[in-house]
Amino acid sequence: MMRDTQENTPFAIRQFSPAQLREALRKMHLIRLFEEGAEESYMRGLIHGTMHLSIGQEASAVATCMELTDADKITSTHRGHGHCIAKGADVGRMFAEFFGKETGYCHGRGGSMHIADVKTGNLGANGIVGGGLPIAVGAALTAKRLGRDDVTVCFFGDGANNEGAFHEALNMAAIWKLPVIFVCENNKYGMSTAAAYATAVPNIADRAVAYSMPGVTVDGNDFSAVAEALHDAIARARAGEGPSLVENLTYRWRGHSKSDRNRYRTKDEIEEWMSRDPIARFRAELIAHGVLDEAEADAVEAEAQAAVAAGIDFARQSPAPGIGDVTKFVHAEVAA
Amino acid sequence: MNAQVQIDAQVRELSYAEAIREAMAIALERDPAVVLMGEDIGTYGGAFQVTGDLIDRFGPDRVMDTPISELGGAGVAVGAALTGLKPIFEFQFSDFAALAMEQIVNQAAKLRYMLGGEAEVPVVFRMPSGSGTGAAAQHSQSFEAWFGHVPGLKVVQPSTPAEAKGLLLAALADPDPVIVFEHKLLYKMKGPVPAGHYITPIGKAAVVRPGQHVTIVASAIMVHRALEAAAKLAREGIEAEVIDLRTVRPLDRETIIASVKKTGKLLCVYEGVKTLGVGAEISALVAESEAFDYLDAPIQRLGGAEAPIPYNPDLERAAVPQMPDIERVARQLAKGEV
Repeated sequence: MMRDTQENTPFAIRQFSPAQLREALRKMHLIRLFEEGAEESYMRGLIHGTMHLSIGQEASAVATCMELTDADKITSTHRGHGHCIAKGADVGRMFAEFFGKETGYCHGRGGSMHIADVKTGNLGANGIVGGGLPIAVGAALTAKRLGRDDVTVCFFGDGANNEGAFHEALNMAAIWKLPVIFVCENNKYGMSTAAAYATAVPNIADRAVAYSMPGVTVDGNDFSAVAEALHDAIARARAGEGPSLVENLTYRWRGHSKSDRNRYRTKDEIEEWMSRDPIARFRAELIAHGVLDEAEADAVEAEAQAAVAAGIDFARQSPAPGIGDVTKFVHAEVAA
Repeated sequence: MNAQVQIDAQVRELSYAEAIREAMAIALERDPAVVLMGEDIGTYGGAFQVTGDLIDRFGPDRVMDTPISELGGAGVAVGAALTGLKPIFEFQFSDFAALAMEQIVNQAAKLRYMLGGEAEVPVVFRMPSGSGTGAAAQHSQSFEAWFGHVPGLKVVQPSTPAEAKGLLLAALADPDPVIVFEHKLLYKMKGPVPAGHYITPIGKAAVVRPGQHVTIVASAIMVHRALEAAAKLAREGIEAEVIDLRTVRPLDRETIIASVKKTGKLLCVYEGVKTLGVGAEISALVAESEAFDYLDAPIQRLGGAEAPIPYNPDLERAAVPQMPDIERVARQLAKGEV
């Protein structure tokens, strides 16, 4: 297959191998299909509680994690399913967690809002807006103090940029020059409140100036643009030059959570953003640049579909935690 | 982890603050993952001179001044603990932990559980607390009960220099978050402290004065006031058993219940606000236990007033239990006058 070598070739096509790009497309489909599967399971009563879907934001999650290894850490948000899959989690264990099963990543104790996979470096989704920001700085402090070269990516939403924790975290990351990349997924609304109303600066990346770090705003539905911004920020972090702030402009197609009646945004707006589907766009880009053909792209999607079906089966057949174990995992078990 | 108790024969007189500093120095020497964090703990030596000269001995990478960012600073400590460091984070005053409740209560306390045991947060939060310094309402509080209400946290309250060192080293050896409430009025108090590394176990109270007429369960500075009261009562033939609680969470049920079964009388003394305080929990655990049948009098509590800590020195003293209060109520209990 011919690789495009022209000047105007998108960064991602130049930077990553066809196998990596194919895997990125697979993960984007996996996120979309996983969340559709979770939504359907919720409707059928297999999942209780609530969940926050990131459908429409898949490019942001996958492109951000492209150059991360398992040694690199992420902190995630209540809208964190995509981050978890992008970082390498298994959808079977994720579904098991959502179904409240002992085989889930958190042994059924965390659910959607606390989904984590410590082995692949995902320190966890967080139910508190802004909760992960200082924690990410702490993870970066560990890397620096122990002389490791891993970096931490801190995902947060536009809503979190008005939490005190955001400002405290960015300031400390900057004064100590820590290897952390703050990735804001600006999907325009913190629940129902528009970022344009709630935030004093036009772009959240503008906040970076106050903390003496680079700040860039990119089209978060453009896989390559996100991957390129992260490439620069990760290189800076690994070189010991300190933190960066990257703002991915994106949009969630679904409501904030299962209780959302979408009163704060218009149908036109939702439809307009749905026409900018990041998966369709990335797929078209890969085909246009000869990375994949139509049949190969279909196969990638089918592969993700099969993984989701198998994951739901695994979750359904998994055992529930024992009722007597309600206090298990509160503290370390003391060796007898 | 080497939790083995190694007590050198050498015992010196150290202040409570010096004992805590010695514990931190030992920890810094033994484990490269230990870092100290907090406001003005470096060159300034800490608001109460607890870290003192540690920055000169271990450098600014291990004795880190943080900006005045309690929430963020506590969160950095949580994230560092989650990924391999063992931070000891000093709040300048325990009152300021109110700014960091999110990270302590929603994050540190719950991460192990939320993640199904797949992660741990071995962080220590040191909190100078208590009244008696004339610092009024926002620099004098006792928040033990707040944190003691949260599953996932352990809460200790040393009353002597030796305990302060041993409990801090125990907190560091613990794989879960531990809050250490240090009483500000005790920082200058001297007492015998064994050299070297040793651990005072978390979750174990100590009978610091045996007696058979009334049990007084006290913590931190109240232990000293209770001992003083017990010495006075002894002259009248009343033998009070004084228990130094040491740990608020988890409570040492066995020691408390055994003592109440022996004396049949219980007085709880604590500095935190009386309502819903530590003594309420101790009273309830005794009332729910087999010790209930042994009670010869209603359980009594002496706790902080239902008011913020006032500035006026007489009001300030009146706002928390003092020695004469303990002496009076313990006497009434022992004489069957309650």
